[in-house]
Amino acid sequence: MLKFPIYLDYSATTPVDPRVAQAMIPWLTEHFGNPASRSHAYGWEAEKAVEDAREQVAALVNADPKEIVWTSGATESNNLAIKGAAQFYKGKGKHIITVKTEHKAVLDTFRELERQGFEATYLDVQENGLIDLAAFKDALRPDTILVSVMFVNNEIGVIQPIAEIGEICREKGITFHVDAAQATGKVEIDLQKLKVDLMSFSAHKTYGPKGIGALYVRRKPRARLEAQMHGGGHERGLRSGTLATHQIVGMGEAFRIAREEMAVENERVRMLRDRLLKGLQDIEATYVNGDLEQRVPHNLNISFAYVEGESMIMAVKDIAVSSGSACTSASLEPSYVLRALGRNDELAHSSIRFSIGRFTTEEEIDYTIDLMHKKIGKLRELSPLWEMVQEGVDLNTVQWAAH
Amino acid sequence: MAYSEKVLDHYENPRNVGAFSKDDDGVGTGMVGAPACGDVMKLQIKVGKDGVIEDAKFKTYGCGSAIASSSLVTEWVKGKTVEQALEIKNTQIAEELALPPVKIHCSILAEDAIKAAVADYKKKHEG
Repeated sequence: MLKFPIYLDYSATTPVDPRVAQAMIPWLTEHFGNPASRSHAYGWEAEKAVEDAREQVAALVNADPKEIVWTSGATESNNLAIKGAAQFYKGKGKHIITVKTEHKAVLDTFRELERQGFEATYLDVQENGLIDLAAFKDALRPDTILVSVMFVNNEIGVIQPIAEIGEICREKGITFHVDAAQATGKVEIDLQKLKVDLMSFSAHKTYGPKGIGALYVRRKPRARLEAQMHGGGHERGLRSGTLATHQIVGMGEAFRIAREEMAVENERVRMLRDRLLKGLQDIEATYVNGDLEQRVPHNLNISFAYVEGESMIMAVKDIAVSSGSACTSASLEPSYVLRALGRNDELAHSSIRFSIGRFTTEEEIDYTIDLMHKKIGKLRELSPLWEMVQEGVDLNTVQWAAH
Repeated sequence: MAYSEKVLDHYENPRNVGAFSKDDDGVGTGMVGAPACGDVMKLQIKVGKDGVIEDAKFKTYGCGSAIASSSLVTEWVKGKTVEQALEIKNTQIAEELALPPVKIHCSILAEDAIKAAVADYKKKHEG
């Protein structure tokens, strides 16, 4: 039995795994103690639950539990890492580097630092969505203090060359932050090998609850930060605020499941993604956005030419997907990520991000393929642009009546 | 985005989709808008010897409101003379479809499409 709309938006958020929800419940009702209470058993048991979860999170990324700081999510982790490191090292330099296709939580934080007097470089990406290491090296300056690059892109799923960037940063003594919100449970992360100083995590992208995340802060060599949240000195002073035991337990359980099941799960997801890709590539004039090899199997971002974005979203209401629409109609913002790939706006295409996850079935994929064939066919039947292309007209040579 | 029932009806069941031969003497073709703006409408009218519009067809690249606006005008122009068709105003289209303010441009484009189609027809019949 299919349930509508079919959920293919796992990159936006994931359902909480039922095992995670079960693990969380006792920490809301029976075991409600404050983990910071040192004087009684309620506090002790909560503290133990928090520390067990810290080990589970650290285990997924091969880190020391002491290197994990709880936050409210990846946005807060990104803010703490980027502002915290920039402010700590501001005496050393004022230049910071990131990439144009980063999440807004990184880009807007960089903008804020620019207002505070830092100088930022926003690197372009290549047509496949990956950064060019030579261009990255050229952007480095003697006063560069911080580099922030995401592990897996949220819109197109491409995997940036984190290991290589880490080598370059370590050699030059530059703090390297990685937003790994979209990476946990999808790619192997080994922080013993990767030369990353700070890494942001989120629970809700990996079948945990919303409102909880973590920041990895390397101990050897030690990454230094200025706290952004002040108060009771929790989390070794890096992030004050009473710890949300149930949320933390949920994140720990979610990351434990991810570690144990990701190898098998990723193969199943890859099979579904390939099935979807094959089915959609049968539709004429479609193309994949972002590199297909350096990419997590969970993501498929496809453009359908000669179809307008908003009408396409109306047409596919049976599936819950995101539109990284490259159209310019009034109500849909053009995707800055797709623009950064250098996609031609004039081609008038619309794109859909399909993201597949733990509970996606083959039946759902097959329904989606069939739906897309019908709806894209119908919209092209209606499209004067498609008619002109069929007649052999080059749309770039047409003089459009501006309005 | 919440669409009115009339917009949804025209979007789900667009009237008079298709094309006439542009070379037909009685056919006027109007194409307005640009892909970069997110809307392109092509409206065609087939005019009888008595100057009455016998049939109309459209194709539209655009949002649901743009599709509905053009679908609606193909119904409205039928049975009118070309001069009467020119009297159709965007405000009437917007009112009939209950278009929200951000979608008024769709009705303006539909009015422009009528004007362009009539102008093309008249050009063929000049002198």
